[in-house]
Amino acid sequence: MIDFGYAPLKINIHDLDKADLSLMDWITARDESFRLCIACGSCTATCTAGNFTNFSFRELCHSIRRGEVEKAVRESEKCMLCGKCTLVCPRNVNTRNIIKLVRKANQNFRV
Amino acid sequence: MLKKVAVIGGGVAGLEAARQLAALGYQTTVYEKNDHAGGHTSEWDRLFPNRRPAVEVVDTLKSQLNGNPAIVLSTPITELLPNGDKFTLKTNNKSFEADAVLIATGFELFQAERKEEYGYGIYDNVITSAELEKMFTEHGAPLMRNGEKPKRVAFVHCVGSRDEKVNHLYCSKVCCVTAVKQAIEAKEAIPEAEIFCLYMDLRMFGPGYEELYKEAQQKGINFIRGRLSEASELDGGRLLIKTEDTLASRPLKMSVDMLVLMVGMTPAEGTSKLIYNLGLKPNADGFIGVSDYHLKPSETGIRGVYTAGACSGPNNITDSINSARSAVVEIHRYLSVKEP
Repeated sequence: MIDFGYAPLKINIHDLDKADLSLMDWITARDESFRLCIACGSCTATCTAGNFTNFSFRELCHSIRRGEVEKAVRESEKCMLCGKCTLVCPRNVNTRNIIKLVRKANQNFRV
Repeated sequence: MLKKVAVIGGGVAGLEAARQLAALGYQTTVYEKNDHAGGHTSEWDRLFPNRRPAVEVVDTLKSQLNGNPAIVLSTPITELLPNGDKFTLKTNNKSFEADAVLIATGFELFQAERKEEYGYGIYDNVITSAELEKMFTEHGAPLMRNGEKPKRVAFVHCVGSRDEKVNHLYCSKVCCVTAVKQAIEAKEAIPEAEIFCLYMDLRMFGPGYEELYKEAQQKGINFIRGRLSEASELDGGRLLIKTEDTLASRPLKMSVDMLVLMVGMTPAEGTSKLIYNLGLKPNADGFIGVSDYHLKPSETGIRGVYTAGACSGPNNITDSINSARSAVVEIHRYLSVKEP
């Protein structure tokens, strides 16, 4: 195919009609505290990994809610499971367990 | 014979209720634990949203009483007991009788020491919103411990509110707009200072509140969406604070000269004990539970005992005044009409 140097634009809209929310459902079924985030960012602010890499647990959770499964799985690998976020979360989200569930889901679903 | 009504608490709700009860012809007495009436409002400098001096409201309420009903100061009521179709109120060594009781014991400020990671009581220039009000009254500006004016001030929203780590799931309602008001006042007092608000959501629910938020933006107040995770002291006494800039999805740190903690409302100590002998229990947040949140907001479930003001949950002054009047109607009905 001739490369004309341009291509159709990638759609930059979250399309919730087509979003893959299977990971969200799978995690929520195993840890209901996943629903309780109020996006305050306390987790990311205390995060050991987040000080050195662009890791935001709050953003990871949001990716899951928007069906960005690959991004969520990729991001979950940056966590060191230190659990500081669990200690500060004002809604008692079991943050560390959410990370473990994302990793477990990835292993279970991987072909 | 004149029916007696006891009002426990001489804050804005208690004072307003007492005035209305006296006007209806009841022999009303206000029992106030402090040596002055006016409650928390008497400790405040100016009120949101119009920044009217708080003393105006307190003085108006007090002057409207005009000696009737009586306010008995320095009299904490520690026990409230049913006594036939009357009630007995006990203080240290005295007891009083009443045909109906209005509990208006208000709230207490969240103890900021409990959020140890914010450094209140540890670092010099971490203060509470209530302490800032005192500074405005006494000096007209925020001042650091060394007497100098801060060049950078950060206001921390939701301290002791919306935080299950201190067992307070609820929102204290008034801190958002108070932070915005104080931020504007700090900026006006020290125009060259940089002022920041660290918020999660800005709950501007009342008339004039959103306008105050817009005024703060116009005056250059900076808003950062993230909850403070911790404060630590740098060499020289400045404070390093950390949060996530959630709109940028990156951790953020900055140094400030002064940190103002927007402390929320907690149930007043002693209120749960006060209602215990009546067989009443506090609600899930620890405040007095009312019979029906929508339809009976002044009733406690015990006929003859009513509630007004912030002892049943966080309130602003307007809501406290309204709840006081609502309770007075119920008390009047109870005392003047035989059937329920």
